Amino acid sequence: MKKMINLTINNIPVCVPEGTTILQAAKQANIEIPSLCYLKDVNCIGSCRVCVVEVVGRRGLVASCVYPVEEGMKVLTNTPAVRKSRKTTIELILSTHHKKCLSCVRGNNCELQKLSYDYGIDEDRFKGEEPIYEIDKSTPCVVRDNNKCINCLRCVATCNNIQTIGAIGQIRRGFDVHIGSPFETGLGTTDCVGCGQCIVACPVGALYEKSNIDEVWDAISDPNKKVIFFTAPSIAATLGECFSMPVGTNVEGKMVTAIKMLGDVEVFNMNLTADLTIVEEANELIQRVSTAKPLPMFTSCCPGWIQFVEHNYPELIPNLSSCKSPQQMFGAVLKSYYCQKNNIDPKDLYVVSVIPCTAKKFETARDEMYNQGIADVDVAITTRELSRMIKGAGITFTSLPDTEFDSPFALASGAAAIFGATGGVMEAALRTAANLLDGTNEKVEFMDVRGTSGIKEATYRINGTDVDVCVASGLGNARKVIEMIKSGQKKYLFVEIMACPGGCVNGGGQPVQSDSVRNYTELKATRAGVLYNADSEGELRKSHENPIIKTLYDEYFEAPGKAKAHALLHTTYQSRK
Amino acid sequence: MATETKSTFRGTPKQERELKKVIEKYKKIPGGLMPVLQEAQAIYGYLPVEVQKIIADGMGIHLSEVYGVATFYSQFSLTPKGEHIISVCLGTACYVKGADKILEAIEEELGIKSGECTADGMFSIEACRCLGACGLAPVMTVDGEVYGKCTPESAVEIIRSYMDKED
Ligand code: SF4
Ligand code: SF4
Ligand code: FES
Repeated sequence: MKKMINLTINNIPVCVPEGTTILQAAKQANIEIPSLCYLKDVNCIGSCRVCVVEVVGRRGLVASCVYPVEEGMKVLTNTPAVRKSRKTTIELILSTHHKKCLSCVRGNNCELQKLSYDYGIDEDRFKGEEPIYEIDKSTPCVVRDNNKCINCLRCVATCNNIQTIGAIGQIRRGFDVHIGSPFETGLGTTDCVGCGQCIVACPVGALYEKSNIDEVWDAISDPNKKVIFFTAPSIAATLGECFSMPVGTNVEGKMVTAIKMLGDVEVFNMNLTADLTIVEEANELIQRVSTAKPLPMFTSCCPGWIQFVEHNYPELIPNLSSCKSPQQMFGAVLKSYYCQKNNIDPKDLYVVSVIPCTAKKFETARDEMYNQGIADVDVAITTRELSRMIKGAGITFTSLPDTEFDSPFALASGAAAIFGATGGVMEAALRTAANLLDGTNEKVEFMDVRGTSGIKEATYRINGTDVDVCVASGLGNARKVIEMIKSGQKKYLFVEIMACPGGCVNGGGQPVQSDSVRNYTELKATRAGVLYNADSEGELRKSHENPIIKTLYDEYFEAPGKAKAHALLHTTYQSRK
Repeated sequence: MATETKSTFRGTPKQERELKKVIEKYKKIPGGLMPVLQEAQAIYGYLPVEVQKIIADGMGIHLSEVYGVATFYSQFSLTPKGEHIISVCLGTACYVKGADKILEAIEEELGIKSGECTADGMFSIEACRCLGACGLAPVMTVDGEVYGKCTPESAVEIIRSYMDKED
């Protein structure tokens, strides 16, 4: 038990554990101290000084995001000195900021804009020289615009400390200071995996996804194209946030309705190919064990993780499952089986996947994801991009009725739904593997692999043997797990990795929640809750019991791992070291 | 996006061995990056991407961190020095007498910017603070030799005389 500390904040008594910062303690007194550079679990450097407060008896103002509480302390958060200091700080930040709010992707979701409004800022009090930076568009995933950057370093901390990639850093000093890749050669020349975690950490519009919205609109209005959308498991759990709905609202029905209102399109459920992935992957795992192929096997559904291996640990490529991700499997199924069955030329089918992820934009463009010159998936758009299309079409999302996914690809298992959370793929695979290996094993819930902690381990007894598994999310955690495996310290059979902390629900393409949400709530867990509820409420909970999967094998793929399945549903990787 | 190193890197295996020794020495010491960068600059004369990569790999840190520190301190140079180092004083006295025009003229003559080195490795230009020769303003130096009361035209003449010496 930590020692408890008593203090007052604006004369309101609060009692918090030792080590708590003033900023966190103030929340107990129902006060949110403004912040910019601070982001819970990510960045705590006390550099922007927007969060200053007065501590009675102490000279000067202190940065509350880094200042720990002390017994008997008296804190004042709203004195004239505090207000004046904060206001000047914000005005100075604005003096070099490109104030193009009207055309900014973060136009009405910007922490700086909000502060500016809250503090009644004169945006031109200090007219500074605005440096001009070239916009970095060198990756297919992430765009960096230093002209909007306020040097809070939240992105750098994310990339260096959480993801351990180090693609960007702070360059030069004083007036010339800015964020960039080493030698300013652009993100595309670094080991950036496109995870987009830097985007969701940014308080302003300096980081965003490379948008593909225009291409999608073009396809929708092209009379020669048949357009198909499919949505990843976690989209229904987060899309509502873009329309000011509470975090943790399941909007599956409204989402399908909204997409169908965009034009003459069909909307399928990507969860279906999550089920297909599980059946292929469980089968691959069983094969690997019986044929003494490289173990542990790593999951392969996360393209950020795949690039991480290709850049940093190419020697582990043989350990990656050869299964394509659910996104790519769906594309492959549509452009083969579905086209054949419906007499469509694959060239005329335009496939749009809606994903929580920026790295998936890179994945669609990989050479390995083309079949005879035709891409499995034509374009991948993020949750945010979909919301912008819906808004642009004038659809009043929150009042929409529910619609079901289109057949024949509507039904999916609960195992597929939980793919969007860390541990979900593992649990889904265990449900199927346990059942396939031992027909009497009906275990459904594998609680040890749930939850948002970065590394989880468990041992399950399946068919008379102990199966050691590990689940990690966040690439820093992935690196730790790999190092433990390489040093022989740990031995696992099966390892699930997702590049984004908490999994896809917290993906780099998800709605950007401001610091006031991220600092004070459990965003990842609340979003994941939607998926676990959907799973426990449904009847179908195991991937291999999905009747559509059975039909797919009966009518087309024959059996898991068979020639056609292998050609279309599996892939290869390449070293990028 | 512009890369900052223009001329191709010509490091020798001997230099690399020396650098690796330095890295070994400072690897485990907190704050060891600074002395490593200083010694690396002493070995190579500047800190091109190739050298910074060796340092990042050797120290087990990201290249972005090495680059961040190397660009933070003005003592580090990312570009090689030319055989002849031209230094134009931009101190107050020289500046009011049009030193910026002189710098511009030299930059134009050599086709490089201040802080860069010509592709043939002959000349590099740098701007400097007051040389203490304000009576002679505007002032420039070439390889330490001071030239006073310059005009853009005379500055170019001086540079050309160094080119002629080479022939
Ligand atoms: S996308 Fe991911 S890897 Fe790339 S710069 Fe951003 S945080 Fe780093
Ligand atoms: S890009 Fe965004 S997160 Fe990164 S330093 Fe600039 S303002 Fe902060
Ligand atoms: S100094 Fe506290 S939020 Fe930036």
